[in-house]
Amino acid sequence: MLDNIKDFASDFFVTGDPLIYGADVAIVLTMIAVVTALTYFKKWKWLWQDWITSVDHKKIGIMYVIASLLMLFRGGMDALLMRTQLAVPNMEFLSPEHYNAIFTTHGVIMILFMAMPLMFGLFNLVIPLQIGARDVAYPFLNSLSFWLFFFGAMLFNVSFVIGGSPDAGWLSYPPLSELSHSPGVGQDFYIWGIQISGIGSLMTGINFIVTILKMRAPGMKLMKMPMFTWSVLSSCLTIILAFPILTVTLALLFIDRYLGAHFFTLDSGGNPMMYINLIWMWGHPEVYIVVLPAFGIFSEIAATFSKKRLFGYKSMVFALMSISLFSFFTWAHHFFTMGSGADVNAFFAITTMLIAIPTGVKVFNWLFTMFRGKLSFPTPMMWMLGFIPCFVVGGMTGVLLSVAPADFQFHNSYFLIAHFHQVLIGGVAFGYFAGLYYWWPKVFGFKLNEKIGKWAFWLWNIGFYVCFMPQYFLGLMGMTRRVSSYGWDKGWYELNLTSTIGGFLMGIGFLFQVWQILHSIKFMEKDTTGDPWGGRTLEWSIPSPAPMYNFATVPRVSEKDAWWEEKQRIAQGLAPTPKPQLEPIHMPKNSGIPFIMSACFFVAGFGFVFDWLWMAIPGLVGVAACMLYHSFNYNTDYYIPVDEIKRTEAAAGRAV
Amino acid sequence: MLSMAPSGIMLTGRRCRVMARSKKMGEMEMVKGLRRLATVLSLTAMAVLMTGCSDKLVVLNPKGEIGKQQLDLIVISSLLCLVVLVPVLVLTFYIVWRYRHKPGQSAKSAKYDPTWEHSTKLEAIWWGIPIVIIAILAVVTVKYSYKLEPSKPLEHEAKPIVIQVTSLDWKWLFQYPEQGIASVNYLQFPDNVPIEFRLTSDAPMNSFWIPQLGGQIYTMSGMEMKLNLIADEPGSYMGMGANFSGKDFGKMNFTAKATSQEEFDDWVKQVKGSSPALTKEGYEQLALPGVSEVETFSSIPEGLFEQIVHKYGEHQHGSGSSEHQHGSNTEHAASGTSGSMDGMTAEEMEAMNHEGHANHE
Repeated sequence: MLDNIKDFASDFFVTGDPLIYGADVAIVLTMIAVVTALTYFKKWKWLWQDWITSVDHKKIGIMYVIASLLMLFRGGMDALLMRTQLAVPNMEFLSPEHYNAIFTTHGVIMILFMAMPLMFGLFNLVIPLQIGARDVAYPFLNSLSFWLFFFGAMLFNVSFVIGGSPDAGWLSYPPLSELSHSPGVGQDFYIWGIQISGIGSLMTGINFIVTILKMRAPGMKLMKMPMFTWSVLSSCLTIILAFPILTVTLALLFIDRYLGAHFFTLDSGGNPMMYINLIWMWGHPEVYIVVLPAFGIFSEIAATFSKKRLFGYKSMVFALMSISLFSFFTWAHHFFTMGSGADVNAFFAITTMLIAIPTGVKVFNWLFTMFRGKLSFPTPMMWMLGFIPCFVVGGMTGVLLSVAPADFQFHNSYFLIAHFHQVLIGGVAFGYFAGLYYWWPKVFGFKLNEKIGKWAFWLWNIGFYVCFMPQYFLGLMGMTRRVSSYGWDKGWYELNLTSTIGGFLMGIGFLFQVWQILHSIKFMEKDTTGDPWGGRTLEWSIPSPAPMYNFATVPRVSEKDAWWEEKQRIAQGLAPTPKPQLEPIHMPKNSGIPFIMSACFFVAGFGFVFDWLWMAIPGLVGVAACMLYHSFNYNTDYYIPVDEIKRTEAAAGRAV
Repeated sequence: MLSMAPSGIMLTGRRCRVMARSKKMGEMEMVKGLRRLATVLSLTAMAVLMTGCSDKLVVLNPKGEIGKQQLDLIVISSLLCLVVLVPVLVLTFYIVWRYRHKPGQSAKSAKYDPTWEHSTKLEAIWWGIPIVIIAILAVVTVKYSYKLEPSKPLEHEAKPIVIQVTSLDWKWLFQYPEQGIASVNYLQFPDNVPIEFRLTSDAPMNSFWIPQLGGQIYTMSGMEMKLNLIADEPGSYMGMGANFSGKDFGKMNFTAKATSQEEFDDWVKQVKGSSPALTKEGYEQLALPGVSEVETFSSIPEGLFEQIVHKYGEHQHGSGSSEHQHGSNTEHAASGTSGSMDGMTAEEMEAMNHEGHANHE
């Protein structure tokens, strides 16, 4: 009996690596600390009532941001482990198997469990406030999306200590990801972790499309929407077209692995090329899904800190929409070297280059937003200014990669690695950081320390160039991606060491950001105005943090930059737009169902990973039960009485 | 000289930190900071260029016709991109510098025009210029796409030498059907003679890349790819498996050695004389997952390469034991993408395809 348990445990838990034992200890200690703290401070009820069951978009947004920063920490640790392994030739810090697992989880986590939730967090924190709405269109669904993402991410991360991590690359090309070459459970963790969080992503896409189309304040025509709202709309449209492809692709891979089908196997008529096409039909739009909202953020920041209207609004909208459309016609540029022939390669080369046109136009419009402006440089603007040179250089190397016959020399090399990190860090990460710094006072009601923030900015920026510029040259020296070590004879040593130093500089930049947040909480500099930056859009017209119903009365909008124009009118001595009478506000009730249902999904996923039907089936039954329960629950809403609204507004120092 | 790069960067990094420590981090400082960033960047680039110059940057130092043309294309496209890149960078620095807000001296400072939001003329310029550049680049790309199509035979007076490449877990098998020899993780061929690589895989997909001769091509199971390259001068060139294919894929390096025809003939003779033969069983052993040293074989089993290519085809329609298959690989070949199967024309393939279906019915 004891031996059986021992055997099981040695298969079930990942063993044999001191790094992982260290992580085990850290995870257990953290969990004990969290549970103890919650119990000691009697915070369990608070956690459940105020956060876990909350359907308030602002709280869901905060939870997304916290989760994504934790994932950034994990993905970043993966990155630093890789850079350490590559710092000197013939390093024996990580074994090839371990290295393969680490670059796989680094990619998956950074894209799907860091960038996506940070983006969804910003959607949640900003969009309803920006369009003058009280919540998203489907608050219950919103909570469900978050918890599906959360449990999907947990399921994926569990593979670190239980069963073993996936190690077939972040897109898991078959046949490497098939049972024949990856018999372990890591690949199943990959499939189920992504599938569960993917359902959440798809629902968020739907939710925000409906929110933006149906819940704008009266008078806010589509062409009067703030640019961030436009960018979210274009990103969500891309999500709802792209994510079903991912779901189907991974479902087919699961059927291959679980039921022995042959969609992507080598034998019995399967075709791995089909998978590679399908996954990139999602994968390429995916990078635009994450970068489009960053474009929106930069548009808001450029206008705000130039104290000037956004230049070329119509061009910007057209550019966003054409990028999201074109993103679906470029996928084959990820495998020009697959022998598709000159016709196919030429077609996809041209569609890829075409995307450079609207993207370039956006850069010019940002520049001319600043032109004849009155520029100030607090942290959000610093990230914006760090972004422009970084992104145009990254974009240029992207155009070089799109030239199909030349790509034969760049493909799979560090040139490619440097390119996509430059656009993803320089574009997406810098963009979301800028957004976080920009909207932080609105969300939490206090400002972040500017001085530490600037340290963080310079560390990230300099670290970035020191890390990734050498990688372009490594690519030209023939260093290919995913190699776990190299010999002294290659001549890649100096540049790799430089790159590692840059990686650690960015790591220190991250620590500065954590310090900045902690420092700012301790020495809180409250935002009493609700409009610390001199903002232009509606979210700055209400107190910080926003009251739970957001707007005491729904604002009327008659032009772009509604709040800025209102402030201009008041400054000229004109009467502010009259506000309607206060009325009771209709609000959704909190619900524990999203959490429970997502936990059931986790149980089902875990069961499928280990092929334990005794666990998977009850999990699925739980999911169905939650759906049934919610379908027959009619007690889902309530009204906030006028008195309470008055009290809340008065407490925030607002006349009603 | 070589170790200068990291230390140089650390020095400038330290200066930046000192700068950030100074008390007033106003707008002036910020612009200064931007300028320092530019200095750091150019120093990095210079350090990199000085340390890694010419011979190490293999892609920029091609030794074969295909690689040279690809380099031309890289240079052309880089220059076209720079036409936009340089003005944008200059404009960014200029605008940020010119329109920074200076409290106190706003009277004589730059123009402030908070409602200026549209100019058809300007927007036409920056829609127009990228369109023109991309159009030029597109024309060049299409031209080169056909010119450098990897399956296209090179125009050369010498008859090409055929080398059959198989990527295995985690090693390369090279077969010389005309010479009747084979090698593992080592390639030798005469210079100034076109090489027709025929490539497949008996393991997860990989990618065959000799940067100094030209770009890579995937090796995939169940199909035969073609890559035509040539070495213009003798030399030892780095070759590798560029696509991740599992545990030890990073050890799939090989040397590709171009020699004179005589030396090549001598090498073939020597391999024939002294190396063991590659048997079917020997191949099965070789194909097992694991890494391998350089090996040579004096003979190869008849039709081994074709058997590897067609290994997975035999189940596809259950229609007999024909050596030529239907299904994915047939479709692939028939679409004219990776060359024909054993010299068959597309029509022949199609005819056979129908035959296969008929049999099946």
